Amino acid sequence: MVETAQQDNLSLAAIQAGDRAEFARLVDLYSAPIYRLALRILGEPRDAEDVLQETFIKAYRHLKDFEGRSSISTWLYRIASNEAFMALRKRKPEAVSVDEEISTVDGEREPVQIEDWCCLPEAEFLSAESREHLDLAVGNLSPALKMVFMLRDIEGLSVRETAESLHISEAAVKTRLLRARLQLREELSQYYGERLKEVKQA
Amino acid sequence: MTEHHHDERATCRELLKSLSDFIDGNLDESLCVEIEKHMAECDRCQVVVDTLRKTVELYQNIYPAPPVPDEVRQRLFVRLNLDDFLSRRQPEH
Ligand SMILES: [Zn+2]
Repeated sequence: MVETAQQDNLSLAAIQAGDRAEFARLVDLYSAPIYRLALRILGEPRDAEDVLQETFIKAYRHLKDFEGRSSISTWLYRIASNEAFMALRKRKPEAVSVDEEISTVDGEREPVQIEDWCCLPEAEFLSAESREHLDLAVGNLSPALKMVFMLRDIEGLSVRETAESLHISEAAVKTRLLRARLQLREELSQYYGERLKEVKQA
Repeated sequence: MTEHHHDERATCRELLKSLSDFIDGNLDESLCVEIEKHMAECDRCQVVVDTLRKTVELYQNIYPAPPVPDEVRQRLFVRLNLDDFLSRRQPEH
């Protein structure tokens, strides 16, 4: 997550006036979260790199039009998420629309896994296998849910910033975030529930 | 299924909608009280809340955050005509 102090340090005016050193600083500040986001959405390092490059090329081209109504990070995330969704569409046109309408009518699926695995020893959560499962579970989220989850829970954006970055309502962010978290909880419960049984038997 | 049991499950379903806001601390006081009261009587919801909170916590704390590989940064800077700034160190995230 990018620190506020670092953001404040950045001179938007200088960047807009063509200060290349300052633009380079912007690139270094936001490369990591944008690359991460693209990598999680697309799965392929090459595709993530394309998104990273396209994002900053577009940002550079449109810097003059940036009016500062949102923060520069939100603006960059918006470009990046557009690029990532576009790349996804190009690659898998048969996939369900990435800006799919998330139904709020049927409500949430009732939790299935009811196993209290919170008390597992800390080392269980830190194992390589555990981290792998965190990754697998995120991989199973639909792109629309994954994007909201990544921005809000991984990059630490507020609900409002997430909504602005993705051009959706705050209510939609909340619905998707809840759905993403519940789905992840189900999947992690399956894995950690099994671990719990094994630890108890040992 | 008894009528009582049925009502309880309806409450569980109803509360499910608010759980994200609840664990983020973004919920009205009155709703928080209602959820806490329900959890005291409903083990199921207690477990769901605890494991949901733990899920988010795990992702926030131990989810691997891959850095930008050096060669990716290098190609990016070249593409942006910023090669003369490549030597500057990349800030840690
Ligand atoms: Zn309940």
